[in-house]
Amino acid sequence: MSTQQTNPMANEPSPDMIAEKRIYADWGLTDHEYDLIVDHLGRRPNYTEAGIFSGMWSEHCSYKKSKPALRKFWSKNERVLQGPGEGAGILDIGDGQAVVFKAESHNHPSFVEPYEGAATGVGGILRDIFSMGAQPIAVLDSLRFGQLDNAKTRQIVDGVIAGIAGYGNAIGIPNLGGEIAFDESYAGNPLVNVMSVGLVNQNEMKVGQAKGSGNTIIYVGAKTGRDGINGASFASAEFSSTEESDRSAVQVGDPFLEKLVMDATIDAIKKYGKSIIGIQDMGAAGLLSSSSEMASKAGTGIELNLDLVPQREAALTPYELMLSESQERMLLVVQKGEEQPVIDLFEKAGLDAVAVGTVTDDGRYRLNFHGETVADVDIDFLTNAPEPKLAQEEPARLKEASASQYQPNVADANQVLLDLLAQPTIASKASLFRHFDSQVRADTVVKPGGDAGVTRIRGTKKALAMTTDVNSRYAYLNPFVGGQMAVTEAASNLVTTGALPIGMTDCLNFGSPDNPEVYYELHQSVEGITDMAKRLNTPVISGNVSLYNETDNKAILPTAMVGMVGLIADNKNITRAEFQNDGDQVYLVGTIGDTFNGSEIQKMQTGEIAGQLADFDVDAAQANQDFVLQAIDAGLVTSAHDLSEGGLGVALAEATFPNDFGLQADFAGTTAQLFAEVPGRFVLSVPSKQATAFEQKMTETKAVVAKLGQVTKDTVIAIQTKDGQVTVDQKAAKASYQNAIPQLMAE
Amino acid sequence: MKAAVITFPGSNCDMDMYHALESFDVDVDLLDDQASDLSAYDAIFIPGGFSYGDYLRSGAVAKFSPAMDAVKVAAENGQLVVGICNGFQILTEAGLLPGQLLVNEQPGFICDEVNLVVENPDSNFTNTMSKGDVLKVPIAHGEGNYVTDEVTLKELEDNHQVIFRYQENVNGSMNKIAGITNKAGNVYGMMPHPERAVDALTGNDSGRAFFESLLHAVDQKARA
Amino acid sequence: MYLAKIYVTYKPSILDPQGVVIKSALERLEYQGIEDVSQGKYFQVKLTGADKAAVAKEVESLVEELLINHNTETYTYDLEEI
Repeated sequence: MSTQQTNPMANEPSPDMIAEKRIYADWGLTDHEYDLIVDHLGRRPNYTEAGIFSGMWSEHCSYKKSKPALRKFWSKNERVLQGPGEGAGILDIGDGQAVVFKAESHNHPSFVEPYEGAATGVGGILRDIFSMGAQPIAVLDSLRFGQLDNAKTRQIVDGVIAGIAGYGNAIGIPNLGGEIAFDESYAGNPLVNVMSVGLVNQNEMKVGQAKGSGNTIIYVGAKTGRDGINGASFASAEFSSTEESDRSAVQVGDPFLEKLVMDATIDAIKKYGKSIIGIQDMGAAGLLSSSSEMASKAGTGIELNLDLVPQREAALTPYELMLSESQERMLLVVQKGEEQPVIDLFEKAGLDAVAVGTVTDDGRYRLNFHGETVADVDIDFLTNAPEPKLAQEEPARLKEASASQYQPNVADANQVLLDLLAQPTIASKASLFRHFDSQVRADTVVKPGGDAGVTRIRGTKKALAMTTDVNSRYAYLNPFVGGQMAVTEAASNLVTTGALPIGMTDCLNFGSPDNPEVYYELHQSVEGITDMAKRLNTPVISGNVSLYNETDNKAILPTAMVGMVGLIADNKNITRAEFQNDGDQVYLVGTIGDTFNGSEIQKMQTGEIAGQLADFDVDAAQANQDFVLQAIDAGLVTSAHDLSEGGLGVALAEATFPNDFGLQADFAGTTAQLFAEVPGRFVLSVPSKQATAFEQKMTETKAVVAKLGQVTKDTVIAIQTKDGQVTVDQKAAKASYQNAIPQLMAE
Repeated sequence: MKAAVITFPGSNCDMDMYHALESFDVDVDLLDDQASDLSAYDAIFIPGGFSYGDYLRSGAVAKFSPAMDAVKVAAENGQLVVGICNGFQILTEAGLLPGQLLVNEQPGFICDEVNLVVENPDSNFTNTMSKGDVLKVPIAHGEGNYVTDEVTLKELEDNHQVIFRYQENVNGSMNKIAGITNKAGNVYGMMPHPERAVDALTGNDSGRAFFESLLHAVDQKARA
Repeated sequence: MYLAKIYVTYKPSILDPQGVVIKSALERLEYQGIEDVSQGKYFQVKLTGADKAAVAKEVESLVEELLINHNTETYTYDLEEI
């Protein structure tokens, strides 16, 4: 066969046709952007060039619309070894070790093809981690779905869970948790945010930079096909519910191949680290963005020979080769003359490893194909999309919101508690999480189901705690405070395990930034996150933005997901969320008022969330966290659980479930306040013989700590309040909590 | 004791097994699928994971590797051969153990801790336990549903080749079978993961009894 | 060149859990009269050989050596010249 003779580009539209028929507009380039390109080149771009600009100038690759907000993030402190802008951020955890982490969204693909969308989301975030030279040690998921009474939603849930399981289990990285919540705003736009955490020796850290003119660009991993062509532009467009046929933009993952790529990459860095100048994953806009970004960051140029790119389909065009999002591919920059051992290592693992180009010093991005130069553009121009100035406007609903708090109906408080425990966002997700391998690598100390996952670091006394969190209903009522609360909640999760929060990543999931109200939500969320991150000394070291999460012009709730990592210096202090011993004393850390707007009980009883979010005292939340950490450090605490959706009542019930205890408690607040929601509050249990020492500590803190009661061995949860009581059978409560999701999914 | 852990492309519990054996001061080597001579080892471990992606059928491709030829020789020589999870699937595909592991009765991967009941306390893998003892051991599999024909099943039972049963049948296995040996008793496969339960820090060290039994068996053999 | 279309199915005596799940899903979707569903595997193998009989022998050999597990699976195939 002689495909060599036929030029696959023969049928491509000419530069003039691209201009006249506005083909660039189908790829998401605006007329203004197109004109800028023409001005810059001094001519009309050809098909390949127009295509690569559309990919690089998509929001997904360029962050052109979100950058003004992202610049507000705070990302430097004494631990930060690598901040935003690389595959993942890196924090110093002592002993020459570092923790590497990032979160990424795979929302749009997961709606179109739930299994593959979620699976490739896991694959992509893992490549971000090992491209830094790190061994991935955990995956977490933050998932948002519509309500489970919708058959399509149940199908998406099944597909997403199976996809995460199918990929993550096969590659052998444990799933340490995350969270799942449900709201009808996600029915047409589910959120699949995946976080991964890795461990690296500081002397083996790598970055994605193409330094050194003359060095060799090596393509590693899977061959390139036509899957996910221009997926970056796809991800940056809104959905229309009448147009569900856009399937070509979804990629298929191969976890087996990824495991080979991962192991070989880590091995190559250990053996030939000095020869390997830079590594980057081929993610959004594949070969194009990885190669151009690596050169842009290093201030160099790139020349690629596309004929050398491993291909699994015939007659791929340069446009397709550059914009394909085929999975499990990496790009390496290797010192000139030192390529062979690196190539040999990958080939021994059964992987393609091919020199496809060189680093140049002229700042140009040059692509050759069949002996022709098919693109030749300035790299800085290509990688710095013009930033449109977008308007912000406070949403009308915020200006008009009522200051008064919702007053829940707690006439039948026992039933309220049982019903809250069965709300999908609160109820046990064990039936979903049990599909994920949470124990592979045999380092997992706290499995999914607690407040945060914990993994030990072998050979040290250290352990890492990790969590994801956000309550988008709070952010809907007040995006700034919602941002503060998301950080507070994530930090609270970590603190309960005995971990010191040390840094965070994020996924900013919003509707269309072209809507001034949505753009306002984005900016306010970032400012709220930054404010709290500074207070807690948890810099934002990586992250991801997913915009246009809208269906038929209706945006999702503003969802600025926070993923956070905490360091446990001594693994003997690792604490769990559930009660451990009959007779332990139970304490409440923090005060609770009438904070019901945005709460689960408001949603459950009224069907909506409304009103102003109550004032949030960040100093008190911080003081509470400090106290919990000190008490755990002092060895006084046997369990610690933070209050979240459903408030104190739900938190207390949850603490009784895993080990089947009862509870006898006296709460100084009202029955209604048992269901108030405010982050940064905790339930601790303390052995009786430690109670004196604990109560001494209570006198030395700014935090307000009150005794609630004790853990009992009978199976009743009994809480006296100022104006009533809740008394439920622990078994009935646990059944309500455990059966809710399986029952809804079985419909 | 000298042990080998065989890593196939796609194995992912190889290091877990390696670390578990190390914690018993076993002299352990990590070998790949090209290993051709296993005569130096008292025990050979085939770890969990997704060998060759588990494409086609779990374990179906691994059985054709040089290492599996060497494992067959070792099995004939009476050396101990242990397959955990995917390792069990490989041993059945290779014909070293009877039967097959099918998709769980309720399809889907399950990760959990389940109770195993000791059925035969006289095996090389349970000699420190008593019949009826219950061990809580992690499981993590989508294809652990043990199936064989009626004749073979009766043979397994009559010869006391069933070593562990699930207390509750988590995956639909015939006779709740969790782990079996060959007739000679030196080749053993189980779906649960004792190597994930050897350290109290991780919340479960009930897998230690399995390794203690195995070490005891090797020790006895050396004395004999 | 020949194209072998190979269908691998469970032996009738083997419970096919995926088939059972698909059947109940179809019933939930209100498809009436679903009697039975079983899930199998389909392979396309392109191969060359001296003649059709020789290729058929080759196909049977490779199916029995790798593609099926004799404990639980059986197969049929079609062979055509392309």
